[in-house]
Amino acid sequence: MTVSIRIPTPLRPYTDGQSSVSVQATTVGGALASLTTAHPDLSRHLRNDDGKLRSFVNVYLGEEDIRFLNAEDTALTDGAELTIVPSIAGGAA
Amino acid sequence: MSLPDLTKEEIARYSRHLILDEVGMEGQCRLKDAKVLCIGTGGLGSPLLMYLAAAGVGRIGIVDFDVVDASNLQRQVLHGTSTVGVAKVQSAAQRIADINPNVQVDLYEEALTSENALRIFEPYDVVVDGTDNFPTRYLVNDACVILGKPNVYGSIFKFEGQASVFNYKGGPNYRDLYPEPPPPGLVPSCAEGGVLGILPGVIGCIQATETIKILLERGDTLSGRLLLYDAMAMRFRELKLRKDPSLGAITELIDYQQFCGVPANDHDESQVTADEPFQRIDVLAARDRLAGGWKPYVLDVRGANEAEIVKFAWADRLQPHGEVRAIADDLPRDRDILVHCKMGGRSAKACTALAEAGFASDRLFNLDGGIVGWAEQIDPSMPSY
Repeated sequence: MTVSIRIPTPLRPYTDGQSSVSVQATTVGGALASLTTAHPDLSRHLRNDDGKLRSFVNVYLGEEDIRFLNAEDTALTDGAELTIVPSIAGGAA
Repeated sequence: MSLPDLTKEEIARYSRHLILDEVGMEGQCRLKDAKVLCIGTGGLGSPLLMYLAAAGVGRIGIVDFDVVDASNLQRQVLHGTSTVGVAKVQSAAQRIADINPNVQVDLYEEALTSENALRIFEPYDVVVDGTDNFPTRYLVNDACVILGKPNVYGSIFKFEGQASVFNYKGGPNYRDLYPEPPPPGLVPSCAEGGVLGILPGVIGCIQATETIKILLERGDTLSGRLLLYDAMAMRFRELKLRKDPSLGAITELIDYQQFCGVPANDHDESQVTADEPFQRIDVLAARDRLAGGWKPYVLDVRGANEAEIVKFAWADRLQPHGEVRAIADDLPRDRDILVHCKMGGRSAKACTALAEAGFASDRLFNLDGGIVGWAEQIDPSMPSY
């Protein structure tokens, strides 16, 4: 399945500035693995030392948070759109 | 509920609201009776406070301990050239009084802490989060959950913004979205990353809209939805936000600095940690040593855009801090290396990276205060930013 992964601004320095990356995968975990294989510097921003997705990085399939689907085992269909949404704090200064 | 009446002057002022079915006399009186607390008077707080005041919210509390700086004016339209150097809460109060003298303004010129948050929040119906840092965001969230108050959320980075309404009518809160903050250093601050000046205007206006809808009890709020805005693509998206049943109840405020392990706000890039694998030298000491014949290799680890604003003529190389490992082989190992950035935070990270690449700790010097510290303390003719 070809799926697209939308990359948020704070993580674009690790994808050569690309805002969207297409990968071949059948699950969310597989898609993220393809993404970090192609862009290894991204890995430590997405996963902690135990390999788990970091708790301040959310991944959505369409509009749904994968935590409320099958997490990284969630199956993907062709053309699916994943979005990575990290926590940002700016506002005042 | 008995609502206050409007005066003749107020009827004239709010006439465009009064003829809307969704506001009308009852809604406008609700706004007059409403009490809103705004945390922060910066980029998000600027449009928010001006529109809430103009809309006739009767009582507005403002929490900020900062002073208006020239670098704020690119986006903080609440403040102006005439209030540079003035406390932000005072500058805000002046502007609000001019927009709408009917508004009662409560000023809290202090940092929001676990000790004062519940006391400050208590009188208000709605809290609006316009802060610039993770510890205060978690503090605002937890205090709102404990007190049962809606928390109107907005956050920005470079060209992207997020907005939602938390803890409203049993809906999810910030911890359901992000249970934990990022560790320090993994997410750049606005002071480091920059921000399009208009971006907080868009997100702050969305927060103001949601606040007014909550007060009027009209429309569908962003509760249960996370709105994403990308100014460059000019695209809005919406994601579902649910309560996370695996999270424990929030029953007390904690030490949020410790929880986040980050500096208290965007302004402070530097962080002091024990047992660092490099030396620290402040700008005055560095000047004296340089004047005395010290000849370190000088590495500027800021971005190219920053170096265009101001740079040391005697810097040997410009390389962003995240890339110093890649150029480690180009750097001399038989000389001292003086590493600098804007204020000293990124250069400390670069020093750590170089130490990990095998550079001796007694050869690595971090310029504490950075080029901005140098401009302030040594050479006032240099531009600051």
